[in-house]
Amino acid sequence: MAHFEKAKNLNEWLDQRLAVNTLKKVMQTEYWIPKDINFLWAMGMVLAATFGMLLVSGIFLLMYYKPDTNLAFDSVNYTIMSEVGYGWLWRHIHGVGASLVFLIIYIHMFTGIYYGSYKKGRELIWLSGMGLFVAFSAEAFSGYMLPWGQMSYWAGMVITNLFSGGSLEAYGLVEWIRGDYVPADAFLTRFFMLHVLLLPLAIIGLIVLHFGTLRIPHVNNQEGEEFDYAESAELYKAGKVKESKVIPFSPVFLSKDVFVMGVYFLLFFYLVFYHFEFAMDPVNFDPADGLKTPAHIYPEWYFLWSYEILRPFSKDLGLIAFAIAQVIFFMLPFLDRSPNVAPASRRGLFKYWFWAMLIDVIVLTFMGKLPPTDALFATIGLISAVLFFVLWIALPFITKSEKKL
Amino acid sequence: MKELKIFGIVAIFTLVLYWGVEPFAHSQMHKHIESNNFVYTGAADIEEAEAAKDEKRAAKKKAFWTDVAKVAKIKGNVAAGETAFATCMGCHTGLPINMGGVIPPALDHAGALYDKNYLIALIKDPAMASNVDHKYADTTTHPMGSIKMMMSDDQQIADVVAYIMAKKAGEVTTKEAFSEACGRCHAMRYAKTSQLGDTPTFKYKKDELAHKIKVIEEQDAVKAYMGKLPPDLSIIIRARGHHFMETFVENPQGQLLGTSMPRTGLTHEGYEKVKTYLEEVGDPSKPAREELGPKVLLFFFVFTGLAFLWKKSMWKGHH
Repeated sequence: MAHFEKAKNLNEWLDQRLAVNTLKKVMQTEYWIPKDINFLWAMGMVLAATFGMLLVSGIFLLMYYKPDTNLAFDSVNYTIMSEVGYGWLWRHIHGVGASLVFLIIYIHMFTGIYYGSYKKGRELIWLSGMGLFVAFSAEAFSGYMLPWGQMSYWAGMVITNLFSGGSLEAYGLVEWIRGDYVPADAFLTRFFMLHVLLLPLAIIGLIVLHFGTLRIPHVNNQEGEEFDYAESAELYKAGKVKESKVIPFSPVFLSKDVFVMGVYFLLFFYLVFYHFEFAMDPVNFDPADGLKTPAHIYPEWYFLWSYEILRPFSKDLGLIAFAIAQVIFFMLPFLDRSPNVAPASRRGLFKYWFWAMLIDVIVLTFMGKLPPTDALFATIGLISAVLFFVLWIALPFITKSEKKL
Repeated sequence: MKELKIFGIVAIFTLVLYWGVEPFAHSQMHKHIESNNFVYTGAADIEEAEAAKDEKRAAKKKAFWTDVAKVAKIKGNVAAGETAFATCMGCHTGLPINMGGVIPPALDHAGALYDKNYLIALIKDPAMASNVDHKYADTTTHPMGSIKMMMSDDQQIADVVAYIMAKKAGEVTTKEAFSEACGRCHAMRYAKTSQLGDTPTFKYKKDELAHKIKVIEEQDAVKAYMGKLPPDLSIIIRARGHHFMETFVENPQGQLLGTSMPRTGLTHEGYEKVKTYLEEVGDPSKPAREELGPKVLLFFFVFTGLAFLWKKSMWKGHH
């Protein structure tokens, strides 16, 4: 066994046993972040904080939620909303947080795309991030089932039906997923387990991986500049903070993160107290009824763009398009053939590609909620869906022809 | 400053996104129905029949509502109305006894809750007044249809309505407004109310079960009469927007053509009482939200301010 001296204080005692001083250096005071960044670089910590809010509010909700088709609706809408002290607060935090987490994820993603933060050595950052996007999507969907309202039921019906594979008619697979012919008790308890255990575990694991992938390639900066971190770190430690291109994660980078978080939480709690309806669809305040299909079934806003890629095509083509759309963003580091790590504004045609993609996804989102019976909206939806694929097909060609900066 | 410019771009895209998926999408998904401020002139009913190109029905409705307007101009005699009101009391006992499909509503606050024109129309022809005549080949088969034979004199109708408006118009609580106007068809389980009124507490399980059976029997009767059990209204205030609720209560056919829900004839004040009750039960956290909200926001204002100062001091000399 190692030899232990009597420690003078708690910190030293912990340091002897856990090397907390080294840990602090490695994880905080000497974890170097580039200085040339803007507030968009704080989105990672904002996401971590939002996940924290979801986790804590989720734990409180879990204490009173009952995963049973006969009890679920009232346990959410009556027990939690009327009988549990501040139950409404936890629920509104959870609902608003679930919506905002996707807003920040999308901002985080498009920031990465704009600044080329997925390229040359940073592929795993992008891939693990996309893994988080998928895990959060599954988490959002499974959570949406739990109140067992009309939208829970019918969203569950529609999404599980997708697994029949169109003309493959794999209804056996659909029943296997549901554990019944229609979404019922087995379906609810399964999605409950996924929502409160398996998926959060996966998310936590992926967050750790995502942080890990940042370590070696380092965080990108506003200009995509490649520089010697060790040299810059030495400058910083020597007190030449102005000349150095890096800052320590804690406290310098963190101080900015905390400020951005403060601004974000102002929005967050404004929504929680005064404008939560946008995150809690009114239709879901009607209890699930398998005999009454709602007039309009649509997913939450963050899934609308991919829903609109499913909708305008024929059954099989739509499913294939939908499946591709779900995974195509994973391919970004490999479809972008340009050697340049730089903001899109300096990358020739890619600049137009970026804004076209962003606007296309927003247009798809709009159309995804509108009734497809309107010919104009259906046409816009079809064009945007086709454009989505045209953009992805064009990506390798326009980036290949990009001049080296 | 560059950061503010970037923030502006992010904010604009976010707001556009919000506008598209919320206000714009909802404006496209739901047809807009104008509120008529709880005035009952039959205009919507006639328009509806005309829109369906049913001229015969439109003419019938026009004639009916013209008659109603005529009666509305007659000065009613309250004392005479009191005598005639005895006829009403034959059914409107306030007891939970089903008659022809539903329990006749208590009339204790009818003068405070319902519109005068509507009450006149209701006595003249209940099915026409509540705009559910499409359910009946002959509107006398409406549970209250027989009133047409019992009270056919215009003066008498004016008298009864004058009596109701004068003597049945006492102070009404939000809960009474709900149970008189809605409660005989709609349960409200979060307020422990069924079609039979407040659910009592029982000492013995068998008494509780016996009551449950009575509730189920009543619900079956209502279901048989209405075609389906009218929904529990516990959190209807969150399931439907305020505008929908208001225009739906004024004229259910306008929002849901063919529904068997009758128009209830609530005045604006009457509806406000019902709405308040629906909010008290369906959205009980409203007062707590309004109380806590400003405090939490104030906390984050201070937090953000301090964080900004911390950031400034940390980044000093870095640029």
